[in-house]
Amino acid sequence: MKGYRDYFLRKLGWFAITVVVAFILNFTLPRLMPGDPVAAIVARMAQGMSNATGVQAVYEQYTELFATDRPIPEQFFIYIRNVLNGDFGYSISQYPRTVGEVINASVWWTIALQFPAIIVGWILGNTLGAMAAYLRKGFDRVLLPVSLFLSNIPPFGMAVILLVIFAVNLKWLPTSGGYRFDMVPNSSWEFVWSVIVHYQLPFWSIVLITIGGQAIGMRSMAIYELNADYVKYARFLGIKDSKIIRYVFRNAMLPQITGLALSIGTMVFGAVVAEIIFNYPGIGSTMLTAVLGGDYPLISAATLIITFMVLIAFFALEIIYGLIDPRIKAAQSE
Amino acid sequence: MKHLLRQTFRSGKFLVGFVIFMTILLTVLIYPLFVKDPPLGIISRGTFLAPGIYVNVYDSMNSSPRYTLILEGAASRRVAGKLGDDDRQAMQEWLVAKGVPEDSIDIADTAGLIALWESNFDPSLRLPGMTNADRNYYIRLTASLEGLLATEDAVVAAANPETGALEEIGVITQTDYVNVGEVPNSRLFVLGTDNFGRDVLTELVSATGVSLIIGFVAGIVATTIGLILGLVSGYIGGLVDDIIVFITNLFTVIPTFVLLILISFSIGQEQRGAFTIAVVIGVTSWVWTTRAVRAQVVSLRNRDHVNLSKLSGHSVAYILAMDILPYIASYVVMALILQISSAILAEAGLSILGLGPRTTEVPTLGLMMRWGLIYQAHVLNYWWAIFPVILVIALITFSLNLMNTGLDQVFNPALRE
Repeated sequence: MKGYRDYFLRKLGWFAITVVVAFILNFTLPRLMPGDPVAAIVARMAQGMSNATGVQAVYEQYTELFATDRPIPEQFFIYIRNVLNGDFGYSISQYPRTVGEVINASVWWTIALQFPAIIVGWILGNTLGAMAAYLRKGFDRVLLPVSLFLSNIPPFGMAVILLVIFAVNLKWLPTSGGYRFDMVPNSSWEFVWSVIVHYQLPFWSIVLITIGGQAIGMRSMAIYELNADYVKYARFLGIKDSKIIRYVFRNAMLPQITGLALSIGTMVFGAVVAEIIFNYPGIGSTMLTAVLGGDYPLISAATLIITFMVLIAFFALEIIYGLIDPRIKAAQSE
Repeated sequence: MKHLLRQTFRSGKFLVGFVIFMTILLTVLIYPLFVKDPPLGIISRGTFLAPGIYVNVYDSMNSSPRYTLILEGAASRRVAGKLGDDDRQAMQEWLVAKGVPEDSIDIADTAGLIALWESNFDPSLRLPGMTNADRNYYIRLTASLEGLLATEDAVVAAANPETGALEEIGVITQTDYVNVGEVPNSRLFVLGTDNFGRDVLTELVSATGVSLIIGFVAGIVATTIGLILGLVSGYIGGLVDDIIVFITNLFTVIPTFVLLILISFSIGQEQRGAFTIAVVIGVTSWVWTTRAVRAQVVSLRNRDHVNLSKLSGHSVAYILAMDILPYIASYVVMALILQISSAILAEAGLSILGLGPRTTEVPTLGLMMRWGLIYQAHVLNYWWAIFPVILVIALITFSLNLMNTGLDQVFNPALRE
């Protein structure tokens, strides 16, 4: 087990470093930009205010609220302390709600949508790709162009296409929202059903996009493995085909896990934009309102949360990878 | 070089991608030569006009050569244009709800239906389950039925500027036609107009051009940074290598789109031009190029010809440019192609979030998506305002990916099928 523990600790250390760097970037990037963020907010708030002292008062109030008059290192430590306490300050566009409340209300929608969708898309895509590589002929001839087509539609394009077909024209599913607009979240069956119905389109649009890219990757990976020397040798030894297939797909699967880890950021971005198109009450829509409202604290908290989610997903995939990669396993048994 | 080019163009995938891409590029270049309208010029009042030819009513009324055509079914088409099947169904529903026996209504018999309607319809009557919108619809429908079955000619009159009295200036019979080509004012909207009343096709062509430029600028910035860091890191090694590898590893994990969002938001709406966005996208997407270039340089570093070059006293820059770059040039070109397509997608994503280039100067594909989405073009079924944009984005990325795969097969014989 020592080998795996070392692997785990190394990955954990790397995870900690990336979290810290992401945190610092999230803090410094906006402050590196030319111009005073508070001045920008005040300019937006004070639109139509003709009274100069009034504008000045608003400016001072916000300066104090964001503590921009203090030195940067001090601000940074205040920021860390507040974030660790779960305090992101007040949201400007949704005042008097705090940023923490707004994020807490939306982040679970995003997690419940994106996590299952990406996993399901990944599994379906890999299965289809592996089948295409093994069966070839007719199945492959259909699957390859379809996957190529799917993977070339931009994620937001897929969302719009599904929406127009199934919600606008066929009217099978609702066009937007996470539940019926006249409902208040509660635990009745009616509400749950409404959530399930609204879940379908965003879910499948993310799944379809994921399938396309994964199927192509798995197909070429599996074809490569099927032609490898060890397969020929195993056939020569008379090992059953079903057994060989299992080895082949396990070997082809490993790079696919790495691929998933490396592309998780892009996938989440695609899914965030898809959320906006379906007006799904997740982080994506929150970000949109934050951008429209010039809501500085909210956007910074939203990006921080998304970064954190992506980092955790990445870390989890590396841990899984360590468990199933025979090379790392071999190192453990030494 | 010549051989390589010939080899490249023999690859079917590359060729298809190249043809699609060139078609898009040529359209972007040639279209403005024929249509000189400003792409953001607002030319219609009212939004989302459907695609079609718009003919000036005043001009066609006064058009001097007027032709008489005796076309079969013209009258019934005229009626159908004003009173469609849906309207007939709606009328039947209303009449049944009011208590008229269903078997006495024949919705195919226009004259009978109108007579029945006029004797029964009462705009002030509220039927159960009828919304205000429904009521307004029925009132509008009733107004449009006026004179529907008339066979008389229409008289055109103009007000006398002195007396104000109407004077007849022409008669239009139901069999009068004008030639669209002879009407001085007509306008073809191939893709209709958008939410601001702008010609979608002109806007789309201009937006495609701007998005391609954004893609090229971002791609070149990203590839240049990636190439330089990769070359330096792989060739020089040591502490420099460690630092660059550390940074690269960090940014493979930290999602670049988060950096994109943070930077674009901080820049502020006024400062965000198309060019700025392109540079920001480029600055945040060099990671993959660096990784790959570094890996290849490390494997090239100790080749004999590089050592020989070192012994001859060539400078580091000379060795990198003359002895190492040629080996990785094919990869760099492919990376550039992929960067361009992902930059175009990144711009679109940013614009949908409201963080794209500022909206007053030039259209981009992302901004057109954003406008379409904000004004609900997809929900209201104004397909022309949103699907052509998706199609163009998909075609650009598809052609670039295809060219990339084709090049990959040319430079990497193991991949040829």
